[in-house]
Amino acid sequence: MLADQDRIFTNLYGMADCGLAGARARGHWDGTAGIIAKGREWIVAQIKESGLRGRGGAGFPTGLKWSFMPRASDGRPHYLVVNADESEPGTCKDREIMRHEPHALIEGCLVASFAMGANACYIYIRGEYVRERELLQAAIDEAYEAGLIGSNAANSGWDFDLYLHHGAGAYICGEETALLESLEGKKGMPRMKPPFPAGAGLYGCPTTVNNVESIAVAPTILRRGASWFAGFGRPNNQGTKVFAISGHVNNPCVVEESMSIPMRELIDRHCGGVRGGWDNLKAVIPGGASVPCLPKALCDEAVMDFDWLSQHKSGLGTAAVIVMDRSTDVVKAIWRLSKFYKHESCGQCTPCREGTGWMMRVMERLVEGNAHPGEIDMLFDISKQVEGHTICALGDAAAWPIQGLIRHFREELEDRISARRRPESALAAE
Amino acid sequence: MQRRLHPEQPDGFEFSPSNLAWAKSQIAKYPAGRQASAIIPLLWRAQEQEGWLTRAAIERVSSMLGMSPMRGLEVATFYFMFRLSPPGSVAHVQVCGTTTCMICGAEDLVEVCRRRIAPAPHQVSEDGKFSWEEVECLGACANAPMAQIGKDYYEDLTPEIFEGILDRFAAGEVPRPGPQNGRYASEPKSGLTSLESLDGEAPAASPSVALALEMGDTVALVGNAEGRG
Repeated sequence: MLADQDRIFTNLYGMADCGLAGARARGHWDGTAGIIAKGREWIVAQIKESGLRGRGGAGFPTGLKWSFMPRASDGRPHYLVVNADESEPGTCKDREIMRHEPHALIEGCLVASFAMGANACYIYIRGEYVRERELLQAAIDEAYEAGLIGSNAANSGWDFDLYLHHGAGAYICGEETALLESLEGKKGMPRMKPPFPAGAGLYGCPTTVNNVESIAVAPTILRRGASWFAGFGRPNNQGTKVFAISGHVNNPCVVEESMSIPMRELIDRHCGGVRGGWDNLKAVIPGGASVPCLPKALCDEAVMDFDWLSQHKSGLGTAAVIVMDRSTDVVKAIWRLSKFYKHESCGQCTPCREGTGWMMRVMERLVEGNAHPGEIDMLFDISKQVEGHTICALGDAAAWPIQGLIRHFREELEDRISARRRPESALAAE
Repeated sequence: MQRRLHPEQPDGFEFSPSNLAWAKSQIAKYPAGRQASAIIPLLWRAQEQEGWLTRAAIERVSSMLGMSPMRGLEVATFYFMFRLSPPGSVAHVQVCGTTTCMICGAEDLVEVCRRRIAPAPHQVSEDGKFSWEEVECLGACANAPMAQIGKDYYEDLTPEIFEGILDRFAAGEVPRPGPQNGRYASEPKSGLTSLESLDGEAPAASPSVALALEMGDTVALVGNAEGRG
């Protein structure tokens, strides 16, 4: 288990002072100017060496992403945009950082912006997080007053402005190019890539979009050293990670743990176990709504990191663990995700706009067993035609939970269909 | 999903003086010529002032930002938090219905809404005080099931507690938001499993709850309040 002194977010529950004085007492904003004095190349190299992979779901190496930004400006400003549009069902980790550890995020914004030659950064927070926005804005104001951001931020010689922007309830704006469209004042419809944001992002300028947690962990990594961070978790999956465990556990919670922690240990140690005991487990969605679920047999040995979960046809995603016990109607649970994706499809690409509705309607019938057995394969086929055929990954995200359901719970789908198709008289005669 | 403007619309819209000053401070966050970026915050403030988003407000904000009204309408109808019809006078209740909340009992909360408020979402209750809708994941899954009422999250709900909250709103009170089962924030409810040294150190209310109690604006319209955020 991760020891408290190795946790980055030591005020994750907001029980200590969330203001600047408290943050400083916990080690934030310590020697920030010194970190910046070591230069862009050093910072990017350290982040690469730490093994930090993006915490927003895709797991792209953060240092590598930062290195894609142009070395020198061609006259256009550079931007860092922080993706705080936390909307992936099951995910509630960035919320805790923003309301309880805002200074970790603000310091991270400064350091990361400097490393990418950006003098301005926008944080795009989801609209529903009203109190989180107010708390984060208060912390930003506090940082300005203390000279930690603004001109000559934290006496580093770097001028840095940080702005908080909010959305208005569109899951799709968590997709980086949709987020940029939204930030420019348009509908949140994803852009074709290329050009990638590092070439032409916000207002056509070089931009990097990073998740809140990826940015908020950066200053501590730079202070404590890349090898410290890389010491947790398996190779290629290093670091600490904020997990959010919800659903049928005795004590749902958000907790920072070491990467590659076994799923069962995570649930038993921090959540008081599965409701009714481990054997009462039916399935777990290990990384937020977009990743396929795992049946209990795989959960027994599951390791919570990118590689193990992708090798078993699921994913770490945002590390939002949704636990379902044996009382759960797993078909209905996945149908509800289909309904979510249908609701959130932006409508730009036909396979997604039409496919999400089609898949939801078939799932609706499968919940009741009101379908032909052949429709299970048809649903799988259609989901494969949505996957990979859209501009952004929302189509994939809508397809994967259904594919996971069919892969692991086909029998349950078939049983429902045959139970419904069997004539009532035959049932009565049995 | 098709979203249409309400058939009955007021004649005009103007920001209150303090909201207008706030709006100008928002526009200043973006580079020259990029003022369109401010459209979501401005439409949101217009909604906070009126309780819902009217055609006149959309047109007023669009013209303030040098955008054609059509661009403003696109934004207003694309984003689900923009309420295009008048809500209940006291509160609009948003119950999270996505998977985690659903498997933790959100359907029972929706049932409470149907019974107590109105049979259909966005329909105003007979006494005119409440309206409701089922919304997609609100990002408080470790505190499921939950509902957003006004600015605040009411978490770790049961149907009984939820009804009690609605009763108190109906009586003109503003119940304390946050977890309703004795938890502080998103820690394990049976006791801390990490950061134990903070046990017993916590103030009476978590930062978000304390802010809500201090501001007292959970369901208040931002008619002339000082601008924040």
